[in-house]
Amino acid sequence: MRVTFTVNGSRESVDDVWEGESLLYVLRERMGLPGAKNACEQGECGSCTVYLDGAPVCACLVAAGQVEGREVRTVEGLADGGRLDPVQEAFVECGAVQCGFCTPGLIVQTHALLARRPDPSDAEIREALAGNLCRCTGYEKILDAVRLAASRKTGAE
Amino acid sequence: MTETIRARAMGRPLERLDGRDKVVGQAPYAYEQQVTDPLYLHPVQAVIARGRINAIDTADAESLPGVVTVLTHLNAPRLTGDGDGDDRELWVLQSDEVHFRGQFIGVVVAETSEIARHAADLVRVEYERWPHDVELSADRDDLYAPDKVNAGHDTDTDVGDVAAALADAPVVVDHTYRTPMEYNNPMEPHATVAVWDAGGLTMYDSTQGVHVVRQRLAPLFGLDPGHVRVVAPHVGGGFGSKGAPHAHNVLAGLAAQVTGGRPVKLAVTRQQMFSVVGHRTPTIQRIGLGAETDGRLTALVHEVVEHTSRIVEYAEQTAVVSRMMYAAPNRRTRHRLAALDVPVPFWMRAPGEAPGAFALEVAMDELAVACGLDPVELRIRNEPDVDPESGRPFSGRRMSECLREGARRFGWESRDPTPAARLRDGWLEGTGVAASVYPRIMQTGNRAWVRYGPDGRYEVGIGAVDIGTGTWTALTQIAADALEVPVEEVRLRIGDTDLPEAAVAGGSGGLSAWGSAVVGAARAFREKFGRHPSAGDEATGTAPESPAAEDFSMYSFGAQFAHVRVHADTGEIRVPRMLGVFTVGRVVNPRTARSQFVGAMTMGLSMALHEEAVLDPRFGHVVNHDLATYHIATHADVQDVDAIWLDEEDPRSNPMGIRGIGEIGIVGAAAAVANAVHHATGVRVRDLPITPDKLFH
Ligand code: FES
Ligand code: FES
Repeated sequence: MRVTFTVNGSRESVDDVWEGESLLYVLRERMGLPGAKNACEQGECGSCTVYLDGAPVCACLVAAGQVEGREVRTVEGLADGGRLDPVQEAFVECGAVQCGFCTPGLIVQTHALLARRPDPSDAEIREALAGNLCRCTGYEKILDAVRLAASRKTGAE
Repeated sequence: MTETIRARAMGRPLERLDGRDKVVGQAPYAYEQQVTDPLYLHPVQAVIARGRINAIDTADAESLPGVVTVLTHLNAPRLTGDGDGDDRELWVLQSDEVHFRGQFIGVVVAETSEIARHAADLVRVEYERWPHDVELSADRDDLYAPDKVNAGHDTDTDVGDVAAALADAPVVVDHTYRTPMEYNNPMEPHATVAVWDAGGLTMYDSTQGVHVVRQRLAPLFGLDPGHVRVVAPHVGGGFGSKGAPHAHNVLAGLAAQVTGGRPVKLAVTRQQMFSVVGHRTPTIQRIGLGAETDGRLTALVHEVVEHTSRIVEYAEQTAVVSRMMYAAPNRRTRHRLAALDVPVPFWMRAPGEAPGAFALEVAMDELAVACGLDPVELRIRNEPDVDPESGRPFSGRRMSECLREGARRFGWESRDPTPAARLRDGWLEGTGVAASVYPRIMQTGNRAWVRYGPDGRYEVGIGAVDIGTGTWTALTQIAADALEVPVEEVRLRIGDTDLPEAAVAGGSGGLSAWGSAVVGAARAFREKFGRHPSAGDEATGTAPESPAAEDFSMYSFGAQFAHVRVHADTGEIRVPRMLGVFTVGRVVNPRTARSQFVGAMTMGLSMALHEEAVLDPRFGHVVNHDLATYHIATHADVQDVDAIWLDEEDPRSNPMGIRGIGEIGIVGAAAAVANAVHHATGVRVRDLPITPDKLFH
């Protein structure tokens, strides 16, 4: 089948999509967007998190056909040209990135959290990010990054 | 003592050089390497734990549109060699025998990964089932002593007369401790992309060492190592499981031979990882401590029973920690194995030390209680003057300082040792301490080159890898200091066997090995070309000798403190605070180092409370083979975890003065939590993970 949807602002069509394919597979293997990662393909790790119509979802659990006519935003679509989003900046600055495999999913999830709650408490951050597993960092620096991004975003707005 | 390089860039919290690529999703991991017109692989796995394949029918799979071929033991290309020893894990599709459930017995090659996966389900297999055995126990009559244990350690040691010392000791603590089968679970599942063409084999691989992959695979494929190239610029974690190639690498290499040059891509699924990329063996450990009433140890027994696979012997060095940690004059250590029909166990972060220190450090806490002594003080009283095992002095052992500094920061002095005495709002509170240790490991045979580029920058090349530890950044800092230039003038190249030979990122020794070679290359370069080289000048070097290594015992040390709250009614365990104080030689980059420590401590917390793979004895598989049921700590489990380190350098270790940091954080962490749980509840759990049910019987 053919699937047509908007990815990071541009309208794209993909042909020969098999009914059983996930959005994650279409993004990674057919559209050259490797940002969202495949680390469990069962909605447990959050590494594949992308926006679907403005809500963060696990792309591994979304069938490709479900995105017909809808809008997807991936980690590749967060930076403004060469300028990193404050969330991306904060992750690098705080040392919240190690192997980086969980990072794109966490960045999209954090981006969504701050859009919803510009000034979250620590408990809210932990709860919001609890579905995004990281095996490297021990989460402390990720918390720092979210706090820093929040303060910059609210400061800038 | 080697001459150390002057620290200008080293010690600075430089931001991760690969950070930007990672946060925009552009850092290419193995599976994301651009190749033209690839085919996709999906393995077929055995569903019995032991036996023989009588028939394997691939007709339905092969008739599925988009399937190119299905390889099995009947038609796969032959490997070279005799398939003995460690190669038995890699001896894939070469015989009809099944040695463990989940073993790869076939592979589908197809136009998309979805088709390959679908087709793999259509392969029909008839087995001859043989009885299997996957149950570890300490009273099996087939336990045996391996010749050596991992990392070349002796299997058993005996010093003095342990039996007499235990019999005479006024205080004795003697218990059995257990740790479960555990899985590394790096977030990036193992993946490989293989291309087989006239030039040989190229493999983009998620590995901890490009050269080790080449070295292991080239002979199997009958290739000269010069005709195997392995590339790994970014790796999504490993924690030991990517320290050597596994069966999937061979599967990809076999499949790549039958596609007429088209690349093949193989992503191991999370579920498959529980069968084919290694795990930490379960352990059953007896610790016997004999002591004077003042806590001074007179005897230390550490006897370990653990499993290995029947095809490859992997003997975890669980008891080695007890050979050098405390000054007990009489010591005995033992390792005994049960060879079972299980997947091949392998390295997982701090193999040996992590499970071994859990048992030893909980036992020390029990001894402190038995002697009525503070557990910090007990450890300080048992600090040895020299390495009890080798008799050599330590290059640095500031264990007591770590304990004291940690105690001070943690507010330990005001601690009331009485267990189960602090109930607040329905939660029982407690604190615990444990010691950490990890050897300084120096892998040899590393080389590096330095080239002066036309742009006025120094290119530094070595086949090291960055599995998330920060190699791109920290090795650049070392290169800059070795060349005495700012980091901006260094361009590092790593992650490719086209670069000089480099050791695996393992044993917390990657940076030591690679950095030393980089220093050697920089010195060779300066000697040859001085401070004003011309474009194109190049020199190769190896690590300078470190004669002191023979005369000193080198380990990193630490002390970990944990505060836990246990719900009095439900047994829910929370860990509001962990603190680690470490002594590791120089820290090259505080920003990346801190994450290593905290990340490892969190993995220790996870080991303490969550991680346990459950083997079903009837079928021989891990029941909870995914992230939904094999639990690892999440954001919501972690609260305040902090790590600090003593300011120092260890010039005896290498020219950077470093000893390695990647693993020590997990060592002792689970014990600190377990000891805190005892302090909170009065219940001593000697069996990981500490789940609420264990607090109620
Ligand atoms: S890959 Fe989608 S949640 Fe793990
Ligand atoms: S940085 Fe490696 S999993 Fe999060």
